[in-house]
Amino acid sequence: MSQRLPVKRAFGCAPPLLFDSGSPGRSGFFWPEEDAFPAAELPAELLRDAVEGFPELGELEALRHFTQLSHLNFGIESQFYPLGSCTMKYNPKVNETVARFPGFAHIHPLAPVPLLQGALELLYELEGWLAEISGMDHVSLQPSAGAQGELTGLMLIRAYLADCGDARQKIIVPDTAHGTNPASSTLCGYEVIQVSSNEQGVMDPATVARVMNEEVAALMITNPNTLGLFEKNIEAVAGAVHARGGLVYLDGANLNALMGIAKPGHMGVDVLHMNLHKTFSTPHGGGGPGAGPVAVKAALRDYLPVPRIEKQNGAYVLSEDHPKSVGRVRSFLGNFGVLVRAYTYILSLGGDGLAEASRMALLNANYIRKRLEKHYSLAYNEPCMHECVFTDRAQHRFGVTTLDIAKRLLDYGFHPPTIYFPLVVSGALMIEPTETETPETLDAFIDAMIAIAREAKENPELVKTAPHSTPVRRLDEARAARKPVLRWEPERAERDKEQGML
Amino acid sequence: MRYTPHTLDDQARMLRTIGIQDIKQLYEHVPARLRETAGIRLPGGLAEVAVRRRLANLAAKNAAATDWSFFLGGGIYHHAIPSAVDAVVSRSEFATSYTPYQPEVSQGTLQALYEFQTLVCQLTGMEAANAGVYDGASAAAEAVLMSRRIQPLSRRQVLVSRALHPHYREVIRTYARNLEDVALQEIRFGDSGATDLERLRAALGPSTMCVVLGYPNFFGVIEDLASAQAACARAGAHLISVTTEPLALGLLKPPGFFGAEIAVGEGQSFGVPMNLGGPGFGFFATQRRFIRNLPGRLVGETVDVEGRRGFVLTLATREQHIRRERATSNICTSQTLCALAATVFLSLMGKTGLRRLAEINAARAHQARARLIREARAEAVFSGPFFNEFVVRVRDLDRAIRRAGERRIVPGIELSRWYPELPEALLVCVTEMNEREEVERLVAALAG
Repeated sequence: MSQRLPVKRAFGCAPPLLFDSGSPGRSGFFWPEEDAFPAAELPAELLRDAVEGFPELGELEALRHFTQLSHLNFGIESQFYPLGSCTMKYNPKVNETVARFPGFAHIHPLAPVPLLQGALELLYELEGWLAEISGMDHVSLQPSAGAQGELTGLMLIRAYLADCGDARQKIIVPDTAHGTNPASSTLCGYEVIQVSSNEQGVMDPATVARVMNEEVAALMITNPNTLGLFEKNIEAVAGAVHARGGLVYLDGANLNALMGIAKPGHMGVDVLHMNLHKTFSTPHGGGGPGAGPVAVKAALRDYLPVPRIEKQNGAYVLSEDHPKSVGRVRSFLGNFGVLVRAYTYILSLGGDGLAEASRMALLNANYIRKRLEKHYSLAYNEPCMHECVFTDRAQHRFGVTTLDIAKRLLDYGFHPPTIYFPLVVSGALMIEPTETETPETLDAFIDAMIAIAREAKENPELVKTAPHSTPVRRLDEARAARKPVLRWEPERAERDKEQGML
Repeated sequence: MRYTPHTLDDQARMLRTIGIQDIKQLYEHVPARLRETAGIRLPGGLAEVAVRRRLANLAAKNAAATDWSFFLGGGIYHHAIPSAVDAVVSRSEFATSYTPYQPEVSQGTLQALYEFQTLVCQLTGMEAANAGVYDGASAAAEAVLMSRRIQPLSRRQVLVSRALHPHYREVIRTYARNLEDVALQEIRFGDSGATDLERLRAALGPSTMCVVLGYPNFFGVIEDLASAQAACARAGAHLISVTTEPLALGLLKPPGFFGAEIAVGEGQSFGVPMNLGGPGFGFFATQRRFIRNLPGRLVGETVDVEGRRGFVLTLATREQHIRRERATSNICTSQTLCALAATVFLSLMGKTGLRRLAEINAARAHQARARLIREARAEAVFSGPFFNEFVVRVRDLDRAIRRAGERRIVPGIELSRWYPELPEALLVCVTEMNEREEVERLVAALAG
């Protein structure tokens, strides 16, 4: 009697965990030409045994594991990925090629500075370019990501005000802000005052003026804001903050809407950060690495983090002698590998190309907005910039929510938009197509959205139980949080095997 | 235009659909004064060949480890990276995806991060780890903040070893400066190069929140975590162990073995190029009882509606997008692609390979130190045990460094810029990348 093997799906199946694969003694490491370490060199009581539970796989075996894992992911090169506020544009291949040049990838940050002149030249030039694009005076490339840029920006506001003998305790944050804004404020020792946007979805100068007083260090504003709307009163809002001695911080997450259209530095902004992994095309990497340079007006220059790059007699030097600086925010010189990619992107596009990118980002977003507005409710009926925000209001009466719509989009082969953000919109669907998508792709996405709107009416169950075609279906997030299992452990692996969960 | 696929016909058709004639109408609500001054004064775009040429010129002005002999460590290490690592991290499914908010189409990233968390736990001997933070230095600062969340208000004194990496000490200082209640105090090192335990014991008291030690420390010296932990435990302070060279944990007893409350470090050594110091990733591990105080992303196991195992981001109620100003941290990036590189690297090394690689490093470093002392008249500065980095005093150090430079050797890192008390001291790192013949030339260069 031949026993039939259970048939698995040929494609799109999760491989077993690394720790449940392989065989004792197997390794992908091969280093034949060397004697073993004379153990006598180090006291035995300092040494551990081999790392318990570590993987034991061959090279192909390991590679196949990760290749199979990659098949379970959506990515920009395989799917349209219109996540709002994330700017999922094409990540150019040439950026990857040059970042791997040995003269960039294999250089050491503590090598003598004369041996790093090319790297420092690149960083120095990139600082100048970002200042030009944003309309600011000085840039530091140190912060590792947007949130660290925010923290750095707030720290230098704090240091500047303290220096003026004007220590303040509060930060004004609009209700449409990214969650990092209030979180960074707290981390910087500030209290947060939340203010509401008006019925048009933007900040009202009168509202800001009402809460603005001598206790407020700064207003953090995002422009365009997370509703995709240009803060058209920003100059008056900034005026209200400045009038009472506060500063204006701009969250530059949405800079992709502004290049060649308006410069934050001209809007009354004193400090901002940029997300190079958004506007400047560096890959998101599944959640980093990014880079969050911070830019300031001249009055705040002395407070920028160290080290600073300076040019002296034609050579680049690193300078740490800035007594007013907020200090060092991370090790070494920022996420250099990310900065090389952003530099390459700006060099490839040039000033005109960047402006064209923003224009096409607006065109794509408004095209989606127009074609979908009869099928989904707009959060605000205002002209949008690089992203548009819909709600599930029209689908709600069929019992279909934003989450269901998002999950159903997966079945159509599209990554969903950002959902349930901004928080001020109930059931938000925030769509940011970016400029690198063709109108054909937008049409296909729009058609899928329209089809889902129809399904919501005619067959809501289908939408509510989506996705149906993904490697796993809806996951029990409550269970994950209630009894957190954050790592593999041998005992549990045994138990799971017995229960047939794998 | 580069990367924007719209033909003029496309644009015309789209504008018609929108119901406007000119694309400028899309942003005419932007105040005119702002629009008129928005021109970007940068040169025009370049063809790909010209871009490559420009970047190749810049790269050529740097000294790369492929052409030079580097004996440089100090937080960033030159290690072999198997080709398979770059093959995996170059896959666009990993490189171009976003934070895995939609788990049904992100199981690749999520499972890899779950495996990463497990590897970090195994390596550090800790019970739980997050999916990574920016770098080792910010990990150390976040560890201090985490201790602050756990410890009572009466404990706000932080004792930081002077033998901790200078950048890490600076970043802790930067983060702490915003929080007026935290008081930092530096603990000196002794003749062994390890933190002076007598001074540490004397400084520990009922107001101590935590103690931060390098393991190995900036001088490459292996701290006595057992004694440090005992002293911390008596005083009720947390022990934070900080590792800049994680390969050391392939050979040394891990911080978790000694009972450290938090173990963090820089992971660049595991499959990530030096990249002028970034991006790498910070790893962050703790005891199970503290998981709800962790900063950053966490991946957890669960099941789908059909009972299949799957992974999700979890315990998000700690995080900024839910908790806003009450979040444990503002961090929302986990350097995922670098963490993935480390996961691939460690699965290739595996249990036996990692141990052997660590042994090769230790062997080469110990041999090199012995030869420098014997043949190049270098003096040992510290007596403590070390892994793959050590400090020697070289007479007339500036000239010796210049002499080495002429032979395309960077012999190490001068310590006097951070430690005036250590004149003419050189921090030398030897890894598997430094061939025997390179050590030969190093000895000759320093001998003069």
